[in-house]
Amino acid sequence: MSDEKKTGCYICKGCGIGERLNTSQMATIAEREARANIVREHDFLCSAEGVAMIQNDIDNEGVNHIAIVACSRRAKTEAFNFDGVAISRGNIREGVIWVRPDTDEAQETTQEMAEDYTRMAVFEVNAMNVPKPSGEAEGQTNILIVGGGLSGMTAAIEASKAGYKCTIVEKSGALGGHAAQAWKRIPQHAPYKDPEDTGIDEMIAAIEADPNIEVCLNSRVTRTSGAPGRFSADISTESGDTKTENFGAIIQASGYTDHDVSHIDKLGYGNADVITQAELEALAREANGGPIKRPSDGKEVANVVFIQCAGQRSDEEGHLPYCSGHCCLTSIKQAMYFKDQNPDIDTTILYDDLRTPGAGGEDFYRSGQDKQVIFTKGAVNQISSSGNGAKVNFKDRILDEDVEIEADLVVLATGMVPNSGVNIDEVPQDEPGQFEVSVDSILNLTYRQGKDVPQLKYGFSDSHFICFPYETRRTGIYTAGPVRRPMDDQQAIEDATGAALKAIQAAENAQLGRAAHPRSGDLSYPSFRREGCTQCKRCTVECPFGAIDEDEERYPKFNEGRCRRCGTCMGACPVRVISFENYSVDTIGQQIKNIDIPDEFDEKPRILVLACENDAYPALDMAGMAGVEYSAFARVIPVRCLGSTNLIWVTDALNSGYDGCVLMGCQKGENYQCHFVKGSEMAHYRMSKVDDTLQSLSLEPERVATYEVAITDIERAPQLINDMAETIERIGMSPFKF
Amino acid sequence: MSNMNTAMIEKYRNNFLKEVEANVEEGEWVKMCMQCGVCSGSCPLGPYWDHPPQEIFMMIRAGKREEVLSSSSMWMCTSCYNCIARCPRGLPITHIMHGLAHYADRLGLAPKEQPTRKFAKHFWDNLTKKGRVNELKLGLKLYFMNGFGEGIKTAMKMKDVGLGMWKSKRLSIGELWGGHSIKDTKGLHAILNKAREIEEAKAKKFEG
Repeated sequence: MSDEKKTGCYICKGCGIGERLNTSQMATIAEREARANIVREHDFLCSAEGVAMIQNDIDNEGVNHIAIVACSRRAKTEAFNFDGVAISRGNIREGVIWVRPDTDEAQETTQEMAEDYTRMAVFEVNAMNVPKPSGEAEGQTNILIVGGGLSGMTAAIEASKAGYKCTIVEKSGALGGHAAQAWKRIPQHAPYKDPEDTGIDEMIAAIEADPNIEVCLNSRVTRTSGAPGRFSADISTESGDTKTENFGAIIQASGYTDHDVSHIDKLGYGNADVITQAELEALAREANGGPIKRPSDGKEVANVVFIQCAGQRSDEEGHLPYCSGHCCLTSIKQAMYFKDQNPDIDTTILYDDLRTPGAGGEDFYRSGQDKQVIFTKGAVNQISSSGNGAKVNFKDRILDEDVEIEADLVVLATGMVPNSGVNIDEVPQDEPGQFEVSVDSILNLTYRQGKDVPQLKYGFSDSHFICFPYETRRTGIYTAGPVRRPMDDQQAIEDATGAALKAIQAAENAQLGRAAHPRSGDLSYPSFRREGCTQCKRCTVECPFGAIDEDEERYPKFNEGRCRRCGTCMGACPVRVISFENYSVDTIGQQIKNIDIPDEFDEKPRILVLACENDAYPALDMAGMAGVEYSAFARVIPVRCLGSTNLIWVTDALNSGYDGCVLMGCQKGENYQCHFVKGSEMAHYRMSKVDDTLQSLSLEPERVATYEVAITDIERAPQLINDMAETIERIGMSPFKF
Repeated sequence: MSNMNTAMIEKYRNNFLKEVEANVEEGEWVKMCMQCGVCSGSCPLGPYWDHPPQEIFMMIRAGKREEVLSSSSMWMCTSCYNCIARCPRGLPITHIMHGLAHYADRLGLAPKEQPTRKFAKHFWDNLTKKGRVNELKLGLKLYFMNGFGEGIKTAMKMKDVGLGMWKSKRLSIGELWGGHSIKDTKGLHAILNKAREIEEAKAKKFEG
């Protein structure tokens, strides 16, 4: 293939396009105005014949830039999938004929719409380059697993089963973590009636016998650098020996710490016979199936009370605000330790809301009831010493009265606190990689943005809960188990299995230089024009994935393996030096500049719509499918993420005579839906500053509107466009039409 | 029957739940209640119960023996079966309520003046005499349940209804003398006596 650009524009007449639009007029525009080298119309472009026509031009005519003017870029992706060429799509089906009425009055504006989309597609593809692998694509596929508890061990076993080597780094002297301290586990198999053996010993034995798995005990990760496929980690033992190894991906299964409730007076923790669930596991192991004895004087326990949500699910000072998810089932399991040994032992579970998640949760609860474990809905007023065990004073919430019961033993369900290392949002970031912190870091990343993976809330690692639950905001690093969210054994096993598969996928993608989701398989990566860079650091700070470090000379250093290709850096760059081969300030800019802007007296305004390709653009496509109409004056351009929107696009558009701009991103904030986590938030922030620009142009602030749009907003998204059209009618046309 | 009460207290000490489980019809279901409250919300007479079913179950688990057994609540049940149809845990709540009422009656703890209980007794006596319900006698018995004066008053109030029924041959004055019966009254009595014997024997085990 020669380096010379040769552009082909292919216009489809199928799906009613030919009947509604004058495609030969569009073809003329593509040829004369947009200067496509080859322009062809076809009755049914996505048919084998249509595709063969394009392929023939690629093979025999040297066409390497292709503008397909047909349906939405979200449709027929398999048919229009050509290797080694740059492709753009003009959306004249979902974006034009389906959102416009089929009437004579509407014909003129609908045709103009389609002609603009033809121009846009050709100018866009002309500004693109064919993405090529960078040469950075190579490296390892073995996996580093930080943490040797149930989650870490599961991840190792699963990765090994899939044929991948892995290394477990465990800070303590033994594998197993919390799960190994338990006497029995919550049942994971039907009929979910009795506690099961933990199975931890078998797992440890399997790991020790597995040549694919290396175990480093008494060790920590003291430095991690690199990117997927080429991570480098220092593994240091307690004695100070350090070895450096390379990995393809990382799983962080650093687990949790029991919530300390000693400062909560009403729980009476400090009384010898008031213990935590973890401490009861130790007593049960000691009893080894015999009667469990209370710690104070060794008396056999005849009466035990379990307190649920002890120091949890409350906004009170020192309480965890969230539910730890496993404690109700754990207390039922522990009550059975007593009941199974001696059914005459009184066991009471004092709960507020009993939550027994999982397939067998309800069955296990019933089994507990069947064994005559008493479940009482109530809230603790005070737990105190009685001289003989403990007294629990509580409010019975069904009978609405204060009650005091005596117990030999009180067990507190205190909940889990994630071991997530440094909260990088709370430490200063003045010096790249240099942070003074009070908490030990888990990964000790050398990333510009901080030592550990970012957190969302309550210290749990950030992940896109709906679309990509295993993700962190560090590509190739996956968290699994209770560091991600509170969970029980079974959930941790599923979580770790998922994380192992994602880690393998990330390592393999890195071998091929391909992006991870949501732009899976994308071969392009950001590059920057060094001469133009002012070292403002915005890209390094704003990248939602911490992909960009700084080199010795303080220029941004793009680690393409870490990049998700959202383009937030491109949107951030004030001097516009960052671009992708197939997505740049220019590819969008060319589309904006080259539409036809009728003069002021035509009363045909133009509205630029920048829509996130993940949610807003599909919503508009679906509006088309559902026959929802919107203004013929809108020109919709999909963007990878609203975060990639550079202010220059908005400024240029307004300068060249557009009458309004509508920006559509995803939901931001704590319950964000943005596929790139922070992109939408960054965009909203940047657009909040756009008023200055508008003022300098003496334009009304209403001409630019930024919205959060969900993929389900198929009525609302078109409405937002129509609202802008109304606004323009009200405030008048832009004075910048030349 | 108070002997039996003392025996039961002695036997189960503080564990009223176990006592209910062993002695009350369908009592083994009580522990399976998950306190959702659907039964209480579904009961058409709910507002008139001192303790709706959900609460009764919780009281049993909390060991409130006297309060439960001397309560009038379970006597309020009209056997509409709404609660059974709706209980997500499948508890036979109606049956448990009748079981509790019956158990309380046997122990001599049931409230003496509870009208449902009184009516149930009259109904039973009326029915078992001939094997058929004698509606005229049962009606009169009910009118005079709370004394002669009130009986006359009620009878006067209902006289038009009674006359109407008599005219349309729904009520026969002859029923006052003897009344209709099943073919084998003796057989029925034998069956009932045997049943009573079995139950007495069961109860005897607990008496001093």
